[in-house]
Amino acid sequence: MSLRFQRLILILITLIVLGFAIILILFNTKQNIIFFYTPSELIKKDINKDTKIRIGGYVKESTFKKISLNKYEFKITDNNYDLSVIYEGILPDLFREGQGTVIEGIVNNNNIIIANRVYAKHDENYMPSSIKKELEKNNQWKKKYK
Amino acid sequence: MMLNFLINPNKFNILADIIFKPLLIIAFIILILGLILVYYSPLDYQQGLTVKIMYIHVPSAWLALLTYAIMTIYSIVGLAFKIPFSFIINKAIAPIGAIFTTLCLLSGSLWGKPMWGTWWVWDARLTSVAILLIIYVIIIFLNQTFESREVKEKTVAIFILIGSINLPIIKFSVDWWNTLHQPASISKLSSPSIDISMLKPLLVMTIAFSLIGLIIAILRIKAEILIRKRDL
Repeated sequence: MSLRFQRLILILITLIVLGFAIILILFNTKQNIIFFYTPSELIKKDINKDTKIRIGGYVKESTFKKISLNKYEFKITDNNYDLSVIYEGILPDLFREGQGTVIEGIVNNNNIIIANRVYAKHDENYMPSSIKKELEKNNQWKKKYK
Repeated sequence: MMLNFLINPNKFNILADIIFKPLLIIAFIILILGLILVYYSPLDYQQGLTVKIMYIHVPSAWLALLTYAIMTIYSIVGLAFKIPFSFIINKAIAPIGAIFTTLCLLSGSLWGKPMWGTWWVWDARLTSVAILLIIYVIIIFLNQTFESREVKEKTVAIFILIGSINLPIIKFSVDWWNTLHQPASISKLSSPSIDISMLKPLLVMTIAFSLIGLIIAILRIKAEILIRKRDL
């Protein structure tokens, strides 16, 4: 085997080992890397009261209520568990029932989350609004696009 | 060999001189075509007009990654087979990658504010792209640092290889961890999650961005070859 191919193989092996090491580190520190917990993950995990956490899920259908001018109450769900959220502030444009969302806040004594930040999360589906109307007209509109 | 221009500076110069003017014209036409397509592209059912930021954001993200991938391949080839032209290319295209990364971060930030409700969050996708920008900046600085050219070239190439671990992390960050950033729309070629009327302008804009990147790359590589010749 010529010297240059020995070098090539050496470089590739180094890269693979290095990559493997980084992957191991990343997967073992997963708890610090994920941006949010889902409600199911949160219930399995014991969360201290008064620690800041982020929870991601969908805004549960027909749970969104306006308490006062800019104070809102809603439930966040991953279709297994629901958590109640109270938020005071401005909601992002995309925020609505059935839409993905990530909230940041603390759990209070009644297991209600007092959010101080609400992000809207949108999915990877892009579609012209005219097609949505077309689909709705023909009853082809699938919930999963929402 | 047909592909000699990829490793031989003289062959590269000859080919670059032949294709440069046609390339300018084609790039200009495709860019105009892309902008027209974007102008007439439909509004998204959820995001409305804001979706048009995608036609800047996604091509620059792809090209930021592509540029780094090219640098990685040239670093492997350059170190293993001792091809000096690899290091010329590495030095020439690093700033192009940095610009595309910056463009991606800025447009993403402008998109995030109206849609997510924030300019910036430290989720895995955004953070790993920010790290990519830092890596690019370090490469640019390293290129200015050493006295000895050979030491410099090897150091930069090794640094590029170490940094290349970040590429799969960026790509799969949205699948491996919970992120605010949504997963890829065009991971499966058979049925992308993006409508064809929006996919077409996106692809044309990607070609336009690639050609513009290529034009700047050719200019920078030619300049770099001249500098090497002067120093010899």
